[in-house]
Amino acid sequence: MVTGGLTKFAKAHPAMDFRLMVRRAYDYALKGIPNLTKDRIDGTRISYFSDHFTRQLKAASMVQDYLGMNPKGSVRIEWGGATGGECFQAGYEAVASGRMDVCLAAGFETMSRVATWKGNEFIALASDTNYDFPLGGFYTGYYALMVIRHIYEYIRRTKFAGITDEREAQRRAIAEGQRIMSKVSVKNHLNALHNPYAQYPKRLTVEDVLRSEMISYPLTREQICTMSDGAAVAIFCDETRAREFTDKPIRIIGVGTGTDTMRLADRPFGKVPLMPREKPSDYADLKYPGVHSFRAGRAAGIEAYRMAGITNPNRELDFIELHDAYASSEIQTYEDLGLCKYGEGYDFVERGDPFLKKVDYGFPVPNAGAIPVNPSGGLIACGHPVGATGLMQGVFAFWQLQGTIRKHFGDRALQIPNARRGAIHSHAGTGSAVTVSILERGFRP
Amino acid sequence: MTARPPVYEKFREVQEELERSGAAIFRDHDGVESLVIRSPYSINYIHSYAEDSEFFLALADGKLRGSKCTAKRCGYVYATPRGHCMECGAPTQWVDLPLKGRLHSWTTCHFGSEAFLKETPYNLALVEFDGVGSVLLARLKDCTESELYVGMPVEARFSPTPKYSITDVWFVPASPEA
Repeated sequence: MVTGGLTKFAKAHPAMDFRLMVRRAYDYALKGIPNLTKDRIDGTRISYFSDHFTRQLKAASMVQDYLGMNPKGSVRIEWGGATGGECFQAGYEAVASGRMDVCLAAGFETMSRVATWKGNEFIALASDTNYDFPLGGFYTGYYALMVIRHIYEYIRRTKFAGITDEREAQRRAIAEGQRIMSKVSVKNHLNALHNPYAQYPKRLTVEDVLRSEMISYPLTREQICTMSDGAAVAIFCDETRAREFTDKPIRIIGVGTGTDTMRLADRPFGKVPLMPREKPSDYADLKYPGVHSFRAGRAAGIEAYRMAGITNPNRELDFIELHDAYASSEIQTYEDLGLCKYGEGYDFVERGDPFLKKVDYGFPVPNAGAIPVNPSGGLIACGHPVGATGLMQGVFAFWQLQGTIRKHFGDRALQIPNARRGAIHSHAGTGSAVTVSILERGFRP
Repeated sequence: MTARPPVYEKFREVQEELERSGAAIFRDHDGVESLVIRSPYSINYIHSYAEDSEFFLALADGKLRGSKCTAKRCGYVYATPRGHCMECGAPTQWVDLPLKGRLHSWTTCHFGSEAFLKETPYNLALVEFDGVGSVLLARLKDCTESELYVGMPVEARFSPTPKYSITDVWFVPASPEA
């Protein structure tokens, strides 16, 4: 990857349609690298999630057209919430396969064109329309079902194992889970205070998050990402050309994807696919993935780590930008990606591992800096214009590894010192598709 | 010359104007003006349940039908039907599911998609059944958030006026065993 660009993510960009948004992100990407001109780009991969939002089929062709890329090759990428992550990998693959020397990956979403609850309805059409959607068609509801079970498996059965009144034990476990999820929300919103591209940077306390409106029990408004307008682009090329365009190229050293059943209700109750440092005996009694964990995320992580030669992600990665559509799914994803074992996600937050060292979160984070997660603010604070989101993560990771956060953010608070390797993680549906990509500094600092 | 649509600097006010007159101009903080119009869209689909039809027809008869894999070595039983087994790939056959189960998980939705906002708050449940390898997503009625817990016994109820939708079945807390 040799460059990236973004628009600010916003509730609405009424003065830019999707073509102009992509153009702005593209212009930003090209600004810093004078040798990379349009004629050097061999083709494109263009992503957006939903034709319903744009109410324009073939919108990717219109982006191709507006950027003046015709008659070069292009493919539209769509894979639910993981659309942007898939597009990132599609751009990489176009080059890695030898089909192109230089490939532009661009993504966008214009979600402001419908009211919020209509938008939720469109998103819920990405659940089974025979069996799931007619019941209430609401993704926050699906994630609430998953986290209630996650809390049951990993808090009720451990911390509150001594309480025999089932209702009481589960209530207390849920309260504990809510409190810890709120810390994730505080982290991501606070990190975003230093990110000018973020939609909802703010200083919050755990109490603020808990007191915000209940959307679907136990998830409150501040634990959930919002709908956004935005675009992002990433440009990939082979290693020889990379040096021609920039003295700070970033290598893609691992890609992984995983999938799972479309319906949450169909998830099996089997065995955990193991990460390098795990043993079967770690999960002797765990029925997996059930509805509490994301098998697709684990599969994507295993594939990407294997390709990158990573056996201890906490030590071998300097940060992760992951798909925190919900504070709950950020915690679930720590476990899927092997940052901690299944069942340790809540303690991982309590210990402070995913927090940044230099930011004051208002509560103790003893292990801060161990493996910062969503230093950018993640989806919860940056917003989630679906087709752009995974590419946005790629751009943030790119700037982190280049060491150019200050240049692009006008603030170096979020720069992870001497970051050498990072991962990005993009997630669809109720976990029906996940991508993980690993980026590494490709130059001597 | 006809009048231009009214200009607003807040997008929320633009949305309100669209409800009233169908057109407005949004002026952003850079002074850029954009014309915004209301654009309605509705459609009736001709939707076939195809190989899943049996499930929806059975709901009208007060039955829950699941799928059982026909491969002898597999025999996976699904609470939510599917024509072919996801484990071994063999075709499935229809089986009756128990009408009593337990909450595998649950939630109360205080918001929802636009189509369901008027029904909030409503409960969703994943229901597990003895001897069945997967669960069923359904509405949970006649109970409130504070009563619910994982493992709670529930039983099916069926609509006397079927709409041939998954909403023709829902669950309620199970009555105590006689």
